[in-house]
Amino acid sequence: MCLLPFVLAFAAGASSNPAIPLQVEIGYLGRDYPEPLPISLVEPVITDQGVQGARLGVSDNLATGRFLNQSYHLDEQITPKDGDIVADAKALLQSTRLLLADLEPEDLLRLADLPEARDAVIINVRTSDDDLRGVNCRRNVFHVAPSWAMRADALAQYMAWKRWNTWFLLRGATKEDIHYANAMKRAAKKFGSTIAEERTITFDPGNRRSETGHQQIQAQIPMLTQSPPPHDIVFAADTDETFGEYLLWRTSVPKPVAGTHGLVAVAWHRAYEQYGGVQLQNRFLAMAKRQMTERDYMAWLAARVFGEAVTRSGKADISSLRAYLLSKDFQVAGFKGQGMSFRSWDRQLRQPIILTGPRSLVSMSPQEGFLHQKHLTDTLGIDAPETACKLPG
Amino acid sequence: MNKAATRALCATLMLSAAPSAFADKIFVSNERDNTVTVVNSETLEIIKSIPTGKRPRGIVITPDYKELIVCVGDDNRLDVIDTEKLEVTKSYPASGPDPELLDINHKGDRIYVANEDDGLVTVIDRFTGQAITEIPVGVEPEGMAVSPDDGLVVNTSEQTSMAHFIDAKTNQVLANILVDTRPREATFTKDGSEVWVSAEVGGTVSIIDTKSFQIKKKLTFDVSGIRPELMQPIGIRFTNDGKTAFVALGPSNRVAVVDVATHEIKSYILVGQRPWHLALKPDGTKLYVANGMTNDVTVIDVATLKAEKSVRVGRLPWGVAVKPDAK
Repeated sequence: MCLLPFVLAFAAGASSNPAIPLQVEIGYLGRDYPEPLPISLVEPVITDQGVQGARLGVSDNLATGRFLNQSYHLDEQITPKDGDIVADAKALLQSTRLLLADLEPEDLLRLADLPEARDAVIINVRTSDDDLRGVNCRRNVFHVAPSWAMRADALAQYMAWKRWNTWFLLRGATKEDIHYANAMKRAAKKFGSTIAEERTITFDPGNRRSETGHQQIQAQIPMLTQSPPPHDIVFAADTDETFGEYLLWRTSVPKPVAGTHGLVAVAWHRAYEQYGGVQLQNRFLAMAKRQMTERDYMAWLAARVFGEAVTRSGKADISSLRAYLLSKDFQVAGFKGQGMSFRSWDRQLRQPIILTGPRSLVSMSPQEGFLHQKHLTDTLGIDAPETACKLPG
Repeated sequence: MNKAATRALCATLMLSAAPSAFADKIFVSNERDNTVTVVNSETLEIIKSIPTGKRPRGIVITPDYKELIVCVGDDNRLDVIDTEKLEVTKSYPASGPDPELLDINHKGDRIYVANEDDGLVTVIDRFTGQAITEIPVGVEPEGMAVSPDDGLVVNTSEQTSMAHFIDAKTNQVLANILVDTRPREATFTKDGSEVWVSAEVGGTVSIIDTKSFQIKKKLTFDVSGIRPELMQPIGIRFTNDGKTAFVALGPSNRVAVVDVATHEIKSYILVGQRPWHLALKPDGTKLYVANGMTNDVTVIDVATLKAEKSVRVGRLPWGVAVKPDAK
C-alpha cells in the first residue's frame, strides 16, 4: 500500500463533502516496556505487538479512503525503555492530535495531561486499568482496550450461567494482579458468586527452561494451593506470567482455571473465527507473518475507529471527530457480530468479550439473560450510575 | 410381450409412480462439511450429498441450469457441479484467492467472483475458464450481482462498507457508494432499476438507484421483543413478479417480507437459527432459507408466507440455488 510522503495533521477547513480530499495523520505512541516472557515455549515472543495491528487498520482505512479521496498515514513513535516519553509525545503532537496510545497508565496520563494534548483524541490500546476509566479518566482519552472490570464481569456472567459460584482466587503480587483481582471480587459480588479464599502467590519464575523445572513445579503448585475451602473454580490473576500457566493439572484439588490463564476474557484471540473473524486473522497473518494478538487487534480497531469516524462524518478536524465518536450515530464493526460504540460516561468502547481456552472459543459475553435497558454490553464493566469518572462537559 | 418391451413398460410405470420425477433440485452449500446437499423439492428428501473443495459458500446456477458453480474459498477455486450427474466435473482455478460469493450473467458466459482476502473482483470467461480481468474494490469483497440486462455489476466490500458499481462492458468501476456497516449481499430488482444492499452490522438494507447511484431509501427492521442488534440483514431475494422482497435477518431467526413498491415491511417469518442466504423455487411458489446454526433449510410458502417445513442438510448451510425439473 502506498503511503503519501507528506500528510498534514488534518485538513484545515475540511468539508463534509467526501469529494474534497481529506488527509488524516494518525500517531502511534508506544514504549519499549520490559515484558514478561511467556511461560510456555509454545507462545512466541513478540516484540511488535500493537503497531502491526495499527498498520493493518490504517491500510484498511486507505482502502476505503481511496474511493472517497481520503488518505491516511501512520506516524509511529516507540520510545526506548529509558527514553523521554514526554519529549516524544510533544514531537508527535506537532504532527497530529489523533493518537493511538500503547502506553502503561503513568505514561498515558503524562501524555493526556500535556497542554499540547488538550484537544487531542487519544485512544488507549493497551491498558485495562480501571482507574483510567474512573477517578483518573480524561476528557481526551478513549479506551478500545476492555477494562479489568469488563473482563472480570464477562467471566462472572459465564460462571453464573454455569452455576460455578464459589471461586478460589489466586493472585500474584504486581499492581496489575491486584487490580484484576479487585475486579474479580467486584464481579463476584455483582453476579452472585463468592470468593471462598483469596491467596497471594509469590512464585519465583525462572523455571521456564531449567532441566528439572517440571519436577519442582509438580511439587510446588499442590503445596501453594493446598487445603483450600470448597470451590467450583480457580480464578488466577497473574498478569506477570509467574504461576498461572502451571495451575491446570497441578492444583491440590482438581478444578478448572479462569482469569489470566485457562479460560481467559479477551478482546481477541488467535482461536477466534466467529462473525467473519477468520478474515481478519488471515489478513493480519498475510501482512505481519505472525498471528494477531489482542493488542494488535485493539490497535487495529482504534485505527478503524478513526477511519470510520472520518468516512462517516466526512470530516477530519478534531472537534468534529470527537463529537462524532460520542454521538449516537457512531459505531465501529470489529468482527463481534454487532456495532460497537463509546460509553458517554467514561469513553470506554462497549464490546462483547471473548471467553476462550488456549485452542478454542468457549463463549462470548454478555451471556443470555443479563439484561440492560440500553446496551446488553453495558452489563460488562462500569455502568453510568456507578462510574467514578467526572468529565467536564 | 417380449423381455425388452416388459422392461420398457416397467420403467415407464416406475417413472410415473415416482413423484421425484417432477421435482426440482434444491442445492445447498454446507460451509463446514465441504459438501453441497441436493434436496428433492417435492419429497424434501436428500438426493445426494456432493463432496466439494474446502469451505463451499457462494453458489450460483447457470442460466441453462446445466451447472452449479460453487466458491470453495479455502481451495482458492470454483468447483463446477454437473446438475445431472450430481458431481464435481471441473474446477476454475482462475477464480482468484478465497472466492466467497459469485454471480453469472444472464447470457451465461461471464462469471464474477468476489475474492474476500484480496480486495478483488475476478471476471472469468465461463467457457475458457480463464480470468479476463481483476477489478480492485474495497476490503473483504462479498456480495456479487449482475443486472438483468447484463450491463451493470455490483459488488459489496464488508470492511470498506461500500457498494461498487462496475460497467460490465469496460470492467471499470463507475461508482462507489458508502452504505451502512458490513454490507453482505447486493441484489438487483427484477426490473434492474434498483440494487438492494444488506448491511449486517448496520442493520439496514440500502436501496440504490442504478441510474443515479443515489441511495433512495434505507430499510430498518424491528420486531418487538427482539434486540435491535440481532436484526442483521444478509440474503435478499425478490419474488418472480418483482413485487415482494425477502430479507434474511441472521441472528433474529427471521425473514422479513418487504413490499418493493412501498418499502413497507409486511411481516416477519420465523425460520431456523441464523438464516443466511435464500432462493426461490423457479416457479416462484416456495422460498428456501439456509439456516446456518440449525443446519437446516426452511421451506416457506410464498402465497401464504408461512414456514411449512424444514429439511436437515449438512453443517453450516450457507447458499441455496434451485434447478427446475423441466430443464
